[in-house]
Amino acid sequence: MTTTTTGAATTAAGPTGTGSRGTKVLGALSLVAIALAVAYGLFISPPDAQLGETIRIIYMHVPTVMAAYVAFIITAVSSAMYLWKRNEFWDLLGSSSAEIGVLFFAVTIVDGALWGKVTWGVFWRWEPRLTTSAVLLIMYIGYLAVRAIPADARTRATRSAIVGLVAVVNIPIVHKAVDWWRGLHQGRTVLGTIDPEMGGTQLFAMYASLVAGLLVFAWLLIHRFRTAYLAERVADLGLDAALAERRLEGGTPVAGTSAPSSTGVTS
Amino acid sequence: MISESVVRDALLVAAKDLRLERRSKIGIAQVLPFAVLVLLLFAFALDPDRNILRQATPGLFWVTVLFSAVLTLQRSFGVEAEDGILDALRLSGMSPAGIYLGKVAALVVQLLALEVVLAFGVAILYDTRFIGIPLLIGVSVTATLGIAGAGAVYGALAARLRSRDTLLPLLLLPLLAPVLISATRGFEVSLEREAVSGWPWAALLGIFALVYVALGSLLFRPLLEDA
Repeated sequence: MTTTTTGAATTAAGPTGTGSRGTKVLGALSLVAIALAVAYGLFISPPDAQLGETIRIIYMHVPTVMAAYVAFIITAVSSAMYLWKRNEFWDLLGSSSAEIGVLFFAVTIVDGALWGKVTWGVFWRWEPRLTTSAVLLIMYIGYLAVRAIPADARTRATRSAIVGLVAVVNIPIVHKAVDWWRGLHQGRTVLGTIDPEMGGTQLFAMYASLVAGLLVFAWLLIHRFRTAYLAERVADLGLDAALAERRLEGGTPVAGTSAPSSTGVTS
Repeated sequence: MISESVVRDALLVAAKDLRLERRSKIGIAQVLPFAVLVLLLFAFALDPDRNILRQATPGLFWVTVLFSAVLTLQRSFGVEAEDGILDALRLSGMSPAGIYLGKVAALVVQLLALEVVLAFGVAILYDTRFIGIPLLIGVSVTATLGIAGAGAVYGALAARLRSRDTLLPLLLLPLLAPVLISATRGFEVSLEREAVSGWPWAALLGIFALVYVALGSLLFRPLLEDA
């Protein structure tokens, strides 16, 4: 909910910095949510009857994986929208979201492995969800690799949009294949991880951490988007300056140089 | 959606690719020996104790196919990337979907031929007895279509990049993870290693192939024009 309101403000005229009143409020809310999640997740809520203290990792694990999936969905929608509208906004939103998604996904896999070490005695098991996550993480690392290849803005945007779309339709297929492959289901979806038998403070810790995770994601996304947008403008300026210099070298007057609209060439 | 001209363009491109292969013999002279070499390498790595090899045969077979497919794709789009041929193809007035489907068709023919040879390879080197032939064929055809369908998108995307040789496997192999899993399980069932029906695996492979061929047909226009 917070994403849409502040996200819209970003597009209106183009941000001139990375912060705004909206994001400051969002940041403050994130901090409050994090404080609540830490207080309830680590101290106030009791250890689980079956999982013991290790349940506290779940308060970290679920928010990061949820945020990562939201990120990949935003990347997919942005990719489709970019190919349709050819608008810089969608390109930058998609790539910013993918970056944060990879970060959150990597965190998810690391804390999942830590939980596995405590609970199963090994860091890694070829459990369906772990396997799927590993494949998805590498797919989106591929997206970032494509993104990092220097190219003019339109080419880079098209390439990343194609990879974003090709990757996302694979998610359900990977899920299905891996589920059948291992033949065993944990029986819970991502949302279902919230155990209905969880009560009181545990449930509150779960929701507080979920809200905290999504708020932090929204905050990071808006800032990453603005940084990306500003980086494009700097690249434009660099190009303009270089053009002006070359013209001066050739002795041609600089008169009436209309700024090349949005040929953001990255170095 | 698929009009007559798309089919005609696809046939033209496929025929061109297969003609190129017939004349250059890159597939037969380089990719095929490489694939057989991989079979030998697996045997070196896994001990000639035939039980390990025999148990792992379906997986090793498909891993070999995937590696060879990466090489075949690099070849298939390498020839297009030189001298701006991809642009020329686009300017020729052929429909992007037709070009894409043509590339996929030629890849499917080449990869299926490779798989037939590899099948003889594992039969001889790993002592595999092929049974359940209909399922084997169903799995191979759907898996190959999926590999070619997804591969052609990324092959074309990577073709004009200097980092294409490293980028293509990074992009393609995780994408093909469900193909590897499904094709391997399908083969295991048809070799009677598992007593369940293997057709769901073929169906999943079919869905993968359909999804990516459809997506590729749609994405090839922006891919040729802007990427």
